[in-house]
Amino acid sequence: MSPVIKRKGEKFTIPGKFLLFVLTVLCILLMLLTFGTGVINKPLNTVVGYCVIPFQQGVEKAGSWLRGRSQELVQIRSLLDENQRLKEEVAVLTEQNTLLQQDKYELSKLRELLELDEQYEAYDKVGARIISRDNGNWYSTFLLDKGSTDGIQTDMNVIAGGGLVGRISAVGPNWSRVTAIICDNNNVSAMTLATEDNMIVSGDLRMMAQGVITFAQLIDSQDQVAEGDKVVTSNISDKYLPNILIGYIHTIERDKNNLTKSGYITPAVDFEHLSEVLIITDMKQQVEVE
Amino acid sequence: MLRKVITGLLIFLCFLLQSSVFPAISFAGIIPNLLIILTASFGFMRGEESGMLVGFFCGMLTDVLYGDILGFYALIYLYIGFVNGKFSRIFYKEDIKLPICLIVVSDLTYGLMIYLLVFLLRGRFDFIYYFTRVIIPECIYTIVVTIVLYPLILLINNRLEIGERKRAQKFV
Repeated sequence: MSPVIKRKGEKFTIPGKFLLFVLTVLCILLMLLTFGTGVINKPLNTVVGYCVIPFQQGVEKAGSWLRGRSQELVQIRSLLDENQRLKEEVAVLTEQNTLLQQDKYELSKLRELLELDEQYEAYDKVGARIISRDNGNWYSTFLLDKGSTDGIQTDMNVIAGGGLVGRISAVGPNWSRVTAIICDNNNVSAMTLATEDNMIVSGDLRMMAQGVITFAQLIDSQDQVAEGDKVVTSNISDKYLPNILIGYIHTIERDKNNLTKSGYITPAVDFEHLSEVLIITDMKQQVEVE
Repeated sequence: MLRKVITGLLIFLCFLLQSSVFPAISFAGIIPNLLIILTASFGFMRGEESGMLVGFFCGMLTDVLYGDILGFYALIYLYIGFVNGKFSRIFYKEDIKLPICLIVVSDLTYGLMIYLLVFLLRGRFDFIYYFTRVIIPECIYTIVVTIVLYPLILLINNRLEIGERKRAQKFV
């Protein structure tokens, strides 16, 4: 009797070693496929999008509701004080705002004269909520509740609080995954704002606890870059839009080769307490290489 | 059939807990690995096939949502499930020492595999740091969670086995 035909009363079983072999081959095939093409990702992303993501969204909503209630109880007293202070601040700021609006009017007129575009504000942005974090301890990636149906694509930049968070690394119909710039396998081409010296900013698991990220290969022959300088994404990066704030130089040291410098950067974004982010839907212009 | 549905639900629930709930109650940024507990428990409770299948699906879920390459975590979890299945012959329900030892060894192996395949190959040589700051804390937190979660998994398995035995007797 063939082992595949199932008879009544007789349980059909596959030997363990055979199953192990089949599944191993399947895994290796999948790995090779994902290396070569992205054929298999899309259907799986869709399936997961409808099975797992709604539940993660639900859990996140419940969690943020609970956090909100507990914080309300703790903070009522301090909020009252803060409210008083803020009211005074509003009065001062309204005054300042009028002055600034006048300045802005002047600025836009001057810009028109110079034919310069405002870069940072002109990008189209979409807000998204973080619904879950990486389920291991090695990387820092997280999932957002917006996906391809909202027009999100891979490699779009993600910002929060005026600083760079990372970029989209996978997209499903109703979710997308962000690889943060503090993630160990992520590198960003960056430059100092003041001197426009290029460098490579890379995430490092060892530095995550201290809240800094590393940078390397900074060529600063004039010794002009100092601690506290602003670091932004460079205009030669292929995936990041130019002039997005990454952070501030924390420490800087000359490398042993005496040519380049490296050190640490304090990111502008507080990655520990992040719940909403903005996705920039404009993409870096790609040049087709023949 | 009932067993398959309940096992699927367990995988789903553990995955949800691990990705959405535990990050909020993590100690020093470290979260436990519930999927390893599940894979290893099914391995030594039910044998190689169950361990492998549970491991494969746990890994696949992680791969699709958080992995860079599909099949990488699936392969690691698959082998952890298979090796744990080898211990089903010396497993007794009353004994808690063997399950805890196996889960700890599984989690350590998992951590070491990730370090070797993903970090060491990218030139991160500071093994002591990764071992003391990621692998060991994860292991300890996983043991703590095991003490709560493992009796639950065992209870569900026992109930299912009783149900299966009753149904088998009916047909005889």
